[in-house]
Order: sequence, then structure tokens, then C-alpha cells
Amino acid sequence: MRILNASGCLDALAAPEVARQLEAFVTKTVTPLPREGSAPPRIAETAHGMLNAIGLANAGRERFLADHVPRLRELGIPLWVSVGGFCAADYAETCSLLSDIEAIELNLSCPNVDEAADSAAEIVSACRQATELPLYAKLSAAHPDVAAVARAVAAAGADGLSLINTLRATALDKQLRPVLARGSGGLSGPALKPVALHAISVCHQATGLPIVGMGGIETGRDALEFAVCGAHDVALGTALFADPGAPTRVRAELATACADAGVATPDDARDLAKSPETERKVPA
Amino acid sequence: MPSSVSRSRHRVTASELVGPYTLLRLERGDLEPGAPGQFFMLEAPGRLLPRPFSLCLAPPGELAFLVDPIGPGTEALCRLRAGDEIGVLGPLGHGYRLDVERPLLVGGGIGIAPLPYLAEQLGGSPPAVLGFRNADYAEAAALLPSAEVVIDPVLVTELIEPRFDVMACGPEPMLQAVAALYPTAQLGWEAPMACGYGACYGCVVEIDGALERLCLEGPVLDAARVRARVEAVA
Repeated sequence: MRILNASGCLDALAAPEVARQLEAFVTKTVTPLPREGSAPPRIAETAHGMLNAIGLANAGRERFLADHVPRLRELGIPLWVSVGGFCAADYAETCSLLSDIEAIELNLSCPNVDEAADSAAEIVSACRQATELPLYAKLSAAHPDVAAVARAVAAAGADGLSLINTLRATALDKQLRPVLARGSGGLSGPALKPVALHAISVCHQATGLPIVGMGGIETGRDALEFAVCGAHDVALGTALFADPGAPTRVRAELATACADAGVATPDDARDLAKSPETERKVPA
Repeated sequence: MPSSVSRSRHRVTASELVGPYTLLRLERGDLEPGAPGQFFMLEAPGRLLPRPFSLCLAPPGELAFLVDPIGPGTEALCRLRAGDEIGVLGPLGHGYRLDVERPLLVGGGIGIAPLPYLAEQLGGSPPAVLGFRNADYAEAAALLPSAEVVIDPVLVTELIEPRFDVMACGPEPMLQAVAALYPTAQLGWEAPMACGYGACYGCVVEIDGALERLCLEGPVLDAARVRARVEAVA
């Protein structure tokens, strides 16, 4: 089981020693044009979670490729590029320009942009024709039938799934106004974990695709639970903010959690939730 | 950025009331105090995210932070007692440049926090002007005994003379007023921050005309770098 960062939750150029704890670094989502992002306040703590409305702030595709990618390569960490856009052609063109990286994650589910994207399957299909690099589709658990979306992107050529993105949410301040300037944002942190475990279970059962599981992982025990539900790899997001040593800590805790559970590796734990020995299964 | 971003645990040695604020003293351990105006992320017990604080005092073996209990995180920090332990990350960001000829420290409210350590690093008792909303808050002026103190509705800007190199920290309207009067001032800003090391992209302010992460660019900024923002508001 590899430990990655959730896209947008780490700047490897600002904190390379945090990125070096990871098996792969996932970039912040890159869009065709530069985006300044949302006005502040952009973040707020909530009960067992936090909201963010960063608004896909990024330097844009041209500067990302010319300036950021070469410097990221120098870090010597396997690189995943998170790709965003507002139509299938946006995504596909960025994919066609990427090479010599480990994988592409298609951000099909950012809750902080207003523009409606084409359907997930349409985007994956366009990107599949544009690149031979591994394509991971990052899906939202806010969809009423995330397993159906997973099947559709699998049929369109996705090599894997990233589950889950933040959920759109709102918090109010003491004066009963939205805390975030944008009014709403994406909810992350431990509050999301049960939602993520369910989405991963049903998408794993629906597709069997490799899954990068994320959503509220704070400990090695959390990571093991993600493996049991079907995740091959995990990503840390909010946990990195409080503890930049989280990847190393979670990896050590995961080994202990596996030993406690009587499994040799997290891979052996996968499907424990639906093995014949256990009576309870996660319904689709 | 520090050469190593890693959180360490530190024991509380004392917690003292200073007016409505709490001065939280921690064992220093291996932490460097850093430059005045740099900040530390302190774990807020029971909360998901740490909170940013500039260093207030650096007595031997200790680091002390001034906390204003304005929400659940800062309230949890104010409830800490000697012997409790919290995670600490820092020092982070950029502090005040000390190569000034005629320093004048200007603080407003909880913004006085970095000034006692700044005064010490400037080598003694530089002139200082502190502003508070009422006499209760003004008790915190005891942390900087040589300071002149004004209380609302008198403003600190009414006492600043042009011949000084202003080093300020305080609420945004005060910083804007200082920046408009003294383009060479160094200003300590604050913003909500989840991480303190550039990961969350949450703490942006308008710097040099663009939204930039305060944790990496600041929190101390030359007034000229926030000029566009100041003019837009004025």
C-alpha cells in the first residue's frame, strides 16, 4: 500500500521533506488557464473536519509544464499530475501534453468551481484517447450512485479510481454569515471517513479497479480500514496540515495495525469486509 | 522555511493571565526561537487543526505565546496547565528585518504578541506605541514596560512620528492605516491558517497585487507589498 498526498493538500516545492515521505506526490489540480482562486477567507474548521474553498488556484497549464514540472522532477519523487478543466477537451489536451510521470489523476469532482463539466465518462474517454499514461478518475461521493459512475469511467478506460473528493458544505460564523467568502466549500477531515469507506466498498465491488482511498485518514488503523474496504493505496489530506510527519507516522502505525489484525500486509486485508468468514457485508 | 518541517511535543511550564489574554509558556526543547515575527503552529487540544502564533517571549529554556481566547481552539490553549503537552511546529515564515536605524514598535490588541521578543532582539527598549480597546486589554502592555499606551478611541497612528522605522502588528484596519502613512513600515499580518507551511493554500492575502500564501511570504511584509490592497480599501 502506497501513501500519497491528496491533491491540493501539499506543495512539494515549499515542503520537499514532507513530499519525500510519500511514495508519490500528487500535484494541485492544473487547469488550462491560470486561476487566482477564491477570495479569503478560504478555510474554516468544523466539527471533526474543515472546509476549504481554494477555487483551484493554480498557475495554469503552460507555466506548470514549463516551470513546476521540471522542479518537481528534481525532487526525485514519483509524480502524479491532477488535471482539471471545464470540458472534456480541456482535460484531454492537458493529458496529451504530459509525459514521463507516473500517473494522471482526473479531478472530476471539485466542489469549488461553478462551471459544469462534461460527464465523467465523457472526460475519461477523451483523455484515454489522448494519453497512454495510467488514468485515475477522482470521483465525488456526493453522487447518488457513485458505483454507477465508477462503472462508467471504468468502461471509458480509467485505470483506477481516487475516492473520495471533499463534499460541498457550509459553515456559519458568530454573526450567522458563511465563514468562507465563497459561501460554501469542500468538507474534509475525519468527518468524511465513513462516507469514503462506503464509496470505496461499493466502487471496489462494482469495478475491481485499483483505488486510491482518501477522506479523513489520520492513523495507520484508518488506512487499514480503507484497505479492508478495497483501497490499494491511500492518500493523506487534512492530516498533513496538523502533522507534516503524518506519512511516516501512518506507515509505521499501519504495520502495527496489520499485525494486530493478523494480516501480513494491507493487500491481504483487502476484501476482508466481504470474505466468507465475515457475516457483514457492505451493501451496494 | 525551516530546514526540517516536523512537529515536536512540548510540555507547558506555566499559563499566566495577562489582562484578558493568556501567556502560555512551553519548554523549548530543541526548537529554535527564530526571528521575531516568525510564527509557530500550536496544537489546540481537541481540535483538528493547529493555530498560528508568533513568539512573544523567549526566556532561557522556554518559548512563550500570547493567546486571545476568541474561539474553541484558542480557548482550549488557554485551558492548558503546567505539565500538559502539545505538538508544536516552527519557527515558520519570515519575521521582521532587524537592520533598521530608528525602530518604533506599534501594536494593536493581540497584535502586541511579537513585540516583546522583537524589542529584546533589537537590543533593549526601543520606543513603542500600543493601542487597546479598553483598560482591561491594556493590562497586556505590562509585557512591554517602556511602551506608550493609548485606548480606543485614540489611535496608535496619532502618536507615530515620521522619523522612525515602524515595525507594526495589529488588526487589519490599523495595519492599513500604518501602511498608508509609512510606506517603509514592516507589518505583521495574520490570516486563518491550517498548516503554516504552504500546504493548505488557505492563508492567502493580496501581496504585490496577487493572492499569495501569507505563511510563505510573510507574516511580516513590507508595507509597499500590500500597497494595492491598501489603496483599494482606502
